[in-house]
Amino acid sequence: MQFWFPVFILALWAVFGIAAPWLSLDPNNIHLERILATPMASGGLGYDDLGRPLLDRLAAGATTSFLVAFWVVSLSSIFGTLIGSFSAYVGGVWDRLLVHVINLFLAFPGILLAIALAGILGPGIENVVIALTIVGWVGYARLARAQVLSLKTRDHVLAAIALGVPRARVVRAHLLPLISAPLIVEATFGIASVIVAEAGLSFLGLGVQPPDASWGSMVRDGTRYLLVAPHMVIVPGLAMVVVVLAVNLLGDRLRDRLDVKSVANQV
Amino acid sequence: MWLVILRRLASTAVVVVGVVVLVFLLIHLIPGDPVDVMLGESAQTADREALRISLGLDKPLLDQLIIYIKGLINFDLGRSLHSQQPITALLAERLPATVELALAALLVTLVLALPLGLVAAARHNTAWDQGAMAFSLLGVSIPNFWMGPLLILVFSLWLGWFPVSGREEVGAVILPALTLGSSLAAILARMIRSSVLEVLGENFIRTAYAKGLSRRQVLIRHALPNAMLPVITILGLQLGTLLAGAVITETVFSWPGIGLLTIEAIQSRDYPVVQACVLVIALTYVLINSFTDLLYALIDPRIRVGT
Repeated sequence: MQFWFPVFILALWAVFGIAAPWLSLDPNNIHLERILATPMASGGLGYDDLGRPLLDRLAAGATTSFLVAFWVVSLSSIFGTLIGSFSAYVGGVWDRLLVHVINLFLAFPGILLAIALAGILGPGIENVVIALTIVGWVGYARLARAQVLSLKTRDHVLAAIALGVPRARVVRAHLLPLISAPLIVEATFGIASVIVAEAGLSFLGLGVQPPDASWGSMVRDGTRYLLVAPHMVIVPGLAMVVVVLAVNLLGDRLRDRLDVKSVANQV
Repeated sequence: MWLVILRRLASTAVVVVGVVVLVFLLIHLIPGDPVDVMLGESAQTADREALRISLGLDKPLLDQLIIYIKGLINFDLGRSLHSQQPITALLAERLPATVELALAALLVTLVLALPLGLVAAARHNTAWDQGAMAFSLLGVSIPNFWMGPLLILVFSLWLGWFPVSGREEVGAVILPALTLGSSLAAILARMIRSSVLEVLGENFIRTAYAKGLSRRQVLIRHALPNAMLPVITILGLQLGTLLAGAVITETVFSWPGIGLLTIEAIQSRDYPVVQACVLVIALTYVLINSFTDLLYALIDPRIRVGT
């Protein structure tokens, strides 16, 4: 239950994320006679302020959040891991520089830097991915660096170096496999924070642009009609919370299973 | 001890300079010509040049940075492109609202998290524990921009207890503070729980029980104070998160603070104001964190920073 429930939710999310273009959805189709219709009155999940079906928009929003989460988590974990592990392995001036850069990025609280970057780069889904990746790589770099620092004097690494194995191969074949467990856990929780961040930016009007749908912009549209059409806020928010909850549950399970003691607090 | 404080201040200074440079560089990240973006495509050449010169964008990058830092030292952040007011005046006008919201949210956090965490630890592995932790997992998973509208729906529109938005009416701070505080309380409650559980295994707890103290006395007088140390660190970190979360929460409730100012400035492409807001929030965060670190070293004789 604790494992299969989140897996089921996430599979559903991924299916909508990938297959939405083939599902013959009508997220932008306007039904004037159904403006602000509640689920009770109209069936399905109701309609929004322009008379668009919420169920279809919910699926389109799943596509948006899935694509953003996929790209941001992939890009930032790859860049972060590479930068962090090489820096720790090479050491010296580069490593000290990286520590300063990491501390600098961590000096900006949470989503603030992403808001500022998205605001300055201009709205649009590509810029959301860029902004969240610029903010996101730091966590992976910090984690990979700490892990490699503790592993690089292990016997098998020293043996590989003594045998003349090139640096890139030492990192790839002898270090990365050993540090992958905590990074996978970090990336899983990363999915949850990226979903929330994307929706947050879209809520602020910095994410996807109309008529494209995002769970965040759907909630924002709904706040203007709270009294007459509360379903416009409740439906997309609930979808997001269920997915985020599923990701967090899965992360907890993975952390227990992979026996990662503490991901945080390692510099 | 003084060496510790000095070292900590020095590393804070490095980060502060880094933050200033990064925020200064933000305006150069604007794709294309920043002046075009701020004025729009149809602006007159003369207007563009005037803005370019008044922002100092015609000078070399390093000169611009020096001018920017000189301005900061004199508390001069330039003028808003939109209202032409000095930015420091704008910030001073909005700051009290954000401080009020942050303090109220902090209060909410403590009031929710302390009992939740304590009950969960005291009744470890019971339904109480599971309930408290399920509540906190839910709190972590509900983002501010959904929590806010839900609270408005229930408490303002259906029950009519609190105003929907703004800051003028009595009790207006309650819903934004609940929104902002509940997500932090969720994290803090988990922290308090694990911290208290750790302390409960110590010898002095057994001694306290052996003296014949009641369970309540042991928990409140002996376990809680000793468990507060890591909690203070998290609280310090969270104050910064609170400031960032305020950007979204203030937007939800039209709460006239620095966060709302940031979003308004982004929408009107008033980039100098955006820069100033980001700078103020980030610097506050850095200073709070350094202060927390020092406090941590001062109250716990076992910890010596940097050794």
